[in-house]
Amino acid sequence: MKNNTRKRLVENKLILWVVCIFSALTAVPLLLILGEVLMRGYDQLSWSFFTEPTPNAYKVMKAAAAGESIPGGIANGIIGTLIMLSMATILAIPIGILCGTYLAENSKNRFARIVSFMTDLLQGTPSVIIGIITYIWVVVPMKGYSAIAGSIALFILMLPLIIRSTEETLTILPVSLKEAGLALGGNRAQVMFRIQLPAAFGGIFTGILLAISRVVGETAPLMFTALGCSMIRWSINEPISAVPLLIWEFFNDPNLQDLVWGASLVLLIFVLTLNILSKYIAKKWKQ
Amino acid sequence: METIKPILEFNKTCVSYTKQTMAVKYVSASIQRNTITAIMGPSGCGKSTLLRAVNLMHNLYPNIHVEGEILLNGDNILSMEPIDVRRKVGMVFQRPTPFPTMSIYDNVLAGYTLNGIHLAKSDKDSIVEHCLKSVTLWDEVKDVLNKKGTFLSGGQQQRLCIARALALKPEILLMDEPTSALDPIATKYIEELLLTLQKEVTIVIVTHNMGQAKRISSHSMFMYLGELVEYGNTDTMFSCPSDDRTKAYLTGKMG
Repeated sequence: MKNNTRKRLVENKLILWVVCIFSALTAVPLLLILGEVLMRGYDQLSWSFFTEPTPNAYKVMKAAAAGESIPGGIANGIIGTLIMLSMATILAIPIGILCGTYLAENSKNRFARIVSFMTDLLQGTPSVIIGIITYIWVVVPMKGYSAIAGSIALFILMLPLIIRSTEETLTILPVSLKEAGLALGGNRAQVMFRIQLPAAFGGIFTGILLAISRVVGETAPLMFTALGCSMIRWSINEPISAVPLLIWEFFNDPNLQDLVWGASLVLLIFVLTLNILSKYIAKKWKQ
Repeated sequence: METIKPILEFNKTCVSYTKQTMAVKYVSASIQRNTITAIMGPSGCGKSTLLRAVNLMHNLYPNIHVEGEILLNGDNILSMEPIDVRRKVGMVFQRPTPFPTMSIYDNVLAGYTLNGIHLAKSDKDSIVEHCLKSVTLWDEVKDVLNKKGTFLSGGQQQRLCIARALALKPEILLMDEPTSALDPIATKYIEELLLTLQKEVTIVIVTHNMGQAKRISSHSMFMYLGELVEYGNTDTMFSCPSDDRTKAYLTGKMG
């Protein structure tokens, strides 16, 4: 038989190279996006970009005529995003965790299987549909766009993500942990709240961060619910702005187009930070 | 042996995972207070299944059925509330299971926390000290009581789990191959510990290790294919087993 060791080694090397090259290629789009947004948006970032609301057309035209850079910023969007995100998160955390707990504990139960299937469907529902549904359910009865409606749309989008991460984290905990708790005479609720959920904290927290980072950039559902507003607002029953809404508004307003990149950069950095943070927590928790 | 009232009695106990197959078949035996009883047998003979029936662990899994009677001081465990039974019957598992989010101190007291019992700080301190001393762990951990239990070595973790089970002052301590995940030195430690603990608590231990059964137990059960083949004094069983299957197992021809 012919000795083909050399040929096989060369083949192996070749395949390794191909795999490496393609892996590197997947990172290229992300780097290009980051580079482009950073290059175009960096100049706009200043203190006033974070503290001032969207400028009105008059101010912009005056500044443009004088050859100055566009005044104003995205403070109204940042505040709106933070308000709606916090309300959505506060709602989604307890409901999502309780639901995920139920699914993890009763995976064979018929009702749990239905709920689990529904969660999958909800996760796959296009966000624009969540937006229009929230419009019908919340905006119409409340007779107006509001931060409340916006947070409810975001809440619905976050819910399946938190349910899944809770369920998955609880399922990978060793069964012996639960049995050991029960063997000491604890009832199921006590064992869940004092042993299993604390042990799953890292995974659940990571899931919450990822859920936030997923919905922070949602634009379509907010168009139907929060609408947008060019002033800084703190009230939750009036139309409110959000960073992704501002990006869309800037893009559509020829006078404000320069602000698109600054707003995009802020949003991108926020999402990347959340993702890196969640990776870090997941790693810490595993040790 | 019949003169003293037994602490634990199996009366035609059967455990089945499915309707057709029984994992434990009509086991009857009585266990005396403050003894160490070893349950031996080849893998899959139903020894762990029998052990887990005693603290109603099978109640967690709806497809498992336990029939017959298991009497604790004359009362049928099978008709009692699991949370009441489990306070009187502690359990130590094959792998150490310290609760990962709790300190060593809180691990020892976990039984109280889980039962919703509030204790004064001084009571807590004395329980922790007493229990850790009785598992000979106190000197090793007294300065790090606030550290997580998971930082300890495997043998130390297992002793912590025994302390945690003892903290509730159980009448019976069930042990499911408690040393099979430990090295020989840690195993020796635990074996010596069990011999001293039998003054406080009745121990039922499932073991793969015949040497271990011989070293620590006063009574032994030999199970095979779900049946209790032989039960009696450990020395008698090892020197002249009455059943051929026991003999085959003890001489290494089976299992």
